[in-house]
Amino acid sequence: MLDDFLFRALIGGLGVALIAGPFGSFVVWRRLAYFGDTLAHSALLGVAFGFLLEINLTFGTLIICQVLALLLFVSQKQRLLSGDTLLGILSHGALSLGLVALAFMEDVRVDLVAYLFGDILAIGTADLGWIFGGGGLALVGLIILWKPLLAITVHEDLAQVEGIAVDRINWTFLALIALTVAVMMKVVGLLLVTSLLIIPAATARRFAGNPEMMAVAASLIGCIAVGGGLIGSFYWDTPAGPSIVVAACLIFIASLLLPKRVG
Amino acid sequence: MNNLLEIKDVDLIIGQRQLLQQINLQLAAGEILTIIGPNGAGKTTLIRVALGLLEPTSGSVIRQANMSIGYMPQRLHLDPTFPLTVKRFLSMDRKRPAAELEKALTEVGAAHVLASPMQGLSGGELQRVVLARALMRNPDLLVLDEPVQGVDVHGQIELYQLITRIRDQRGCAVMMVSHDLHLVMAATDRVICLNQHICCSGTPDSVTNDPAYVELFGPQAVKQLAIYTHDQNHHHDACSDCCHRGERCAR
Repeated sequence: MLDDFLFRALIGGLGVALIAGPFGSFVVWRRLAYFGDTLAHSALLGVAFGFLLEINLTFGTLIICQVLALLLFVSQKQRLLSGDTLLGILSHGALSLGLVALAFMEDVRVDLVAYLFGDILAIGTADLGWIFGGGGLALVGLIILWKPLLAITVHEDLAQVEGIAVDRINWTFLALIALTVAVMMKVVGLLLVTSLLIIPAATARRFAGNPEMMAVAASLIGCIAVGGGLIGSFYWDTPAGPSIVVAACLIFIASLLLPKRVG
Repeated sequence: MNNLLEIKDVDLIIGQRQLLQQINLQLAAGEILTIIGPNGAGKTTLIRVALGLLEPTSGSVIRQANMSIGYMPQRLHLDPTFPLTVKRFLSMDRKRPAAELEKALTEVGAAHVLASPMQGLSGGELQRVVLARALMRNPDLLVLDEPVQGVDVHGQIELYQLITRIRDQRGCAVMMVSHDLHLVMAATDRVICLNQHICCSGTPDSVTNDPAYVELFGPQAVKQLAIYTHDQNHHHDACSDCCHRGERCAR
């Protein structure tokens, strides 16, 4: 009953939602939403970079996201500018630079809307490989770093005094987030990546008594949003990426009506 | 000789700003040392240098080998979205039996909060829980950055008494930062008065009588102090042994 492309879209979307849950939880705990935005916005520059070098576009995006993550890490460490200002400059600078760079490439015609808002219905088997290979790798990395990352989330200096290599773990975490963002781009687009990170996590908070429960719940809620969004998109012929985000928002609003978990 | 911590000729310059200047201090086992000073005096910076979180521009910081440090940072900023109970907070480094957690909380007088979410604690409860986590490491040195911040006056007195009691029972050294001039004086062996450099140091009595101290905090603050120490007789006597190499605050 499901067309093949719809099936691929569903599998890809569910994969992305699974990965986004735990990462999104850290994004809200550590107040990194703006940070995720910056990484996502740089993705278009990565696409241009991919065209320029004639390499796989997801791979190009991945490289640019990693470079930006490193840049952010170093500049935060050096306290060059206040966090928000620096992120604002990098975020919109990278997005605009990406648009300008693509405009310069006369023989390249891209569907901008697909990059900005996602093109989940065009997911191919290679994309599925990226989602489950790259995203799976990111998830395994996150699970390995889980305990020290929680300690750092509580307090960086305290973690450091207690013997955790804070810099190394923070840097690895940023690299993993950059990988996640690059992988997620295909599904919801660079403008909506952060929403799929934070909305399911924020929804899950109401039902979670510990960090692990929240991460798992965020994944499940993300999956429901993907399913709901795709069904809505299929029946009402709405764009899939934004439909998924609308579904996530509706679940969030509905969750506010449910009683909050005690404790 | 037998110092847990020794800071020698430490300068710290970040960017164009001199944050610490010619800091010399030693901390012996079992001693309570309090660092006081106005806002921006570099108190937290000095603590971070002592802990090895910041590298000094020049000078040296020698920590006794294999020393266990319990650290209580100035403030935990836990996002409301972070689901963390006190129980989990206390067993983040490794799983600990419930009895151990209860014992640690009982020692700091907060046994009733074990199952509470961290964000639901009052200021005083939060400080006690963070202190309990530091104590579970069996520290030789307890480093407390403004331990009474966000606690009402009554609670502050209790917390300082608790810190003194912990030192007496465990014999650990305590290095703490305080904003407040008055209550802390009863709970400390030695005071360092910091304003980028060490203005004066010594016993609480001698420091509060030091002209450099009066100059730094103003006569008003010193007068208020008399209420707490009940010692109105000597507060204009100059102190001779507490001034660090005869330095004075240049203001």
